[in-house]
Amino acid sequence: MTFRRLLGLCASLTAFAMASPAWSATITIATVNNSDMIRMQQLSKEWEKETGNKINWVVLEENVLRQRVTTDITTKGGQFDILTIGSYETPIWGKQNWLVPLDDLPPSYDVKDIFPSVRQALSANGHLYAVPFYAESSFTFYRKDLFDKAGLKMPAQPKYEEVKTFADRLTDRAHEQYGICLRGKPGWGENMAYLTTLVNTFGGRWFDEHWNPQLDTPAWHAAISFYVDLMRRDGPPGANSNGFNENLALFSTGHCAMWIDATVAAGLLYDKSQSQVADKVAFTAAPIAKVPNGSHWFWAWALAIPSTSKNVAAAKSFLAWSTSKDYVALVGKTFGWTVVPPGTRASTYANPEYLKAAPFAEFVKQAILTADLEHPTAEKVPYTGIQYVAIPEFQAIGTQVGQLMAGALTGQMSVDEALKQAQASVKATMEQAGYIQ
Amino acid sequence: MKARLATLLAWVIALLNVFPLVWMALASFKTEVDAIHTPPLLFFHPTLENYQAIFALQDYTGYALNSVAISLGATLITVLIAIPAAFAMAFYPGPRTRDILLWMLSTKMLPAVGVLVPIYLLCRDAGLLDTRTALIIVYVLSNLPIAVWMLFTFFRETPRDIIEASRIDGASVGETILLVLLPLVLPGIASTALLLIILCWNEAFWSLNLTAHNAAPLTAFIASFSAPQGLFWARLSAASLLAIAPILVFGWLSQRQLVRGLTFGAVK
Repeated sequence: MTFRRLLGLCASLTAFAMASPAWSATITIATVNNSDMIRMQQLSKEWEKETGNKINWVVLEENVLRQRVTTDITTKGGQFDILTIGSYETPIWGKQNWLVPLDDLPPSYDVKDIFPSVRQALSANGHLYAVPFYAESSFTFYRKDLFDKAGLKMPAQPKYEEVKTFADRLTDRAHEQYGICLRGKPGWGENMAYLTTLVNTFGGRWFDEHWNPQLDTPAWHAAISFYVDLMRRDGPPGANSNGFNENLALFSTGHCAMWIDATVAAGLLYDKSQSQVADKVAFTAAPIAKVPNGSHWFWAWALAIPSTSKNVAAAKSFLAWSTSKDYVALVGKTFGWTVVPPGTRASTYANPEYLKAAPFAEFVKQAILTADLEHPTAEKVPYTGIQYVAIPEFQAIGTQVGQLMAGALTGQMSVDEALKQAQASVKATMEQAGYIQ
Repeated sequence: MKARLATLLAWVIALLNVFPLVWMALASFKTEVDAIHTPPLLFFHPTLENYQAIFALQDYTGYALNSVAISLGATLITVLIAIPAAFAMAFYPGPRTRDILLWMLSTKMLPAVGVLVPIYLLCRDAGLLDTRTALIIVYVLSNLPIAVWMLFTFFRETPRDIIEASRIDGASVGETILLVLLPLVLPGIASTALLLIILCWNEAFWSLNLTAHNAAPLTAFIASFSAPQGLFWARLSAASLLAIAPILVFGWLSQRQLVRGLTFGAVK
């Protein structure tokens, strides 16, 4: 081989190496199956093309996903490179060093563009452990056609007493029209998410400053009695089986006059292909009872990298891409601005195209900005989280109390009895876990 | 009159049984809004959009191949282990055979989630997470009690004299099982194998927990279409129909063998 040929071969190899990606990896992402994530799945081909990496998607239902990723991360199974987790898990897992800190994202990512309340919810010990894909709060949806017909006017900041009056007026059981639809399905993320905001605004709290459960207090009693009474008078039958999806189906098929739930439902209710009441729906703030604290919740679905990942660099690259301003713009251009991931970035809410396409945008932004995770209740508490308590024991506690509240709703037991049992059960768990000596 | 009533009753029960499947099949051709319409729609404009979306989002073939490989692999190994075990228990019972049989069955009473963490850790340490091998091992172990019990029942129906005669004629244990016993109880073995395939095909707990992407079978495929937000009934129905289609066809084709096996020895 002549020197010239050898030189040519070297040049060709160098050119080939330069044309190929510097590294390529296959990452596995565990995620939930909702429309935002499906869009991300479709658009992720762009990232694959750009970087030469490949993605394996593991898409699961929310509760299955939670169990699956919890098993994997606690046993250090290392099955996933990116996890979709919520604002409840992120600080708990971050404190355990189960997640890779994301403090070194490139300047172009503009971390400060993410709403401070969202960043705060996804941080622990001063480190950001997950980046938000979308965030939500809760507010009140109502049917403006039914309100107009009945001569009622929904205030900008409704009170629960007003909600009760409206619900009484608008219930027409003969035509399967119910004044109000609220979550009744037991679960810490189902009925207890809503009920915790209700208790907050009635002036209650889960625990006092010393972690003593407060479920037998007058505030809890007033809140749960109000809920049970309202749902029995004006709620749909079988309400103890209704979670977010069931109520969404009821509202979107015209069976509910009011519904207090996640702001993310706005995009679905305004979508004519999914909702029969798209041109009749309106929204206002979540109602308050006695105090404004914690009357509307905060939740974010976020992407995090488990510390067991073997492809941290590729995973970080994907996180930065899929939660960036450019990604928001890509969704807007590809699928329309109504469906861009809401609630995360200030720049999204400064975009005139988004504001024009999503009439609920400003409301959602205000709800998210005013959701105060550090001070969720009127009285002092030792925990963070509005519709949950950010401690590992809360999943079990919340679900157990949720079952008792569902029992009170169906009339299996009285509110008094349900709260008494709930207090005893939570106290036992907290003692066992060492919070109370 | 009595026969007519019996026929009518049979039809009612059959229709009640098949109704959920038919409703699911109908829902899979509806739009999401039609699927949740009240009152439910019997007549609607059928659409294939759910199937198109499913094929665009997920690799159905990959999941189906995993289901076939895992179900057939686990069933084959289970039957191969269960035949000699059931043979020994049916024809050469010891003083503790009945206790062993009951103990085997009692292992099925343990909720699977109770052993999730130890099995997950074992699979992790053996490098078996997200492999078909892990699922095959778990399915073999969890279905073995059922297989042994079923085969034991079928074997017991076989006259002991035939087995003894073959042994007197000089046949080894292996030859007795292969050449004498198996041809006699083939319908029973076939129905046991069919039941095992169905159990493996439908198993969701372990398949969701021990697999991620590479070894995920059709149960994981269905789970990916249940959504926490938004309407999903129509798409989930389409995914469910696709997931059960192969086993439905398989069951249909082998129903004669299955019925023959299940009624084996029932009438003497």
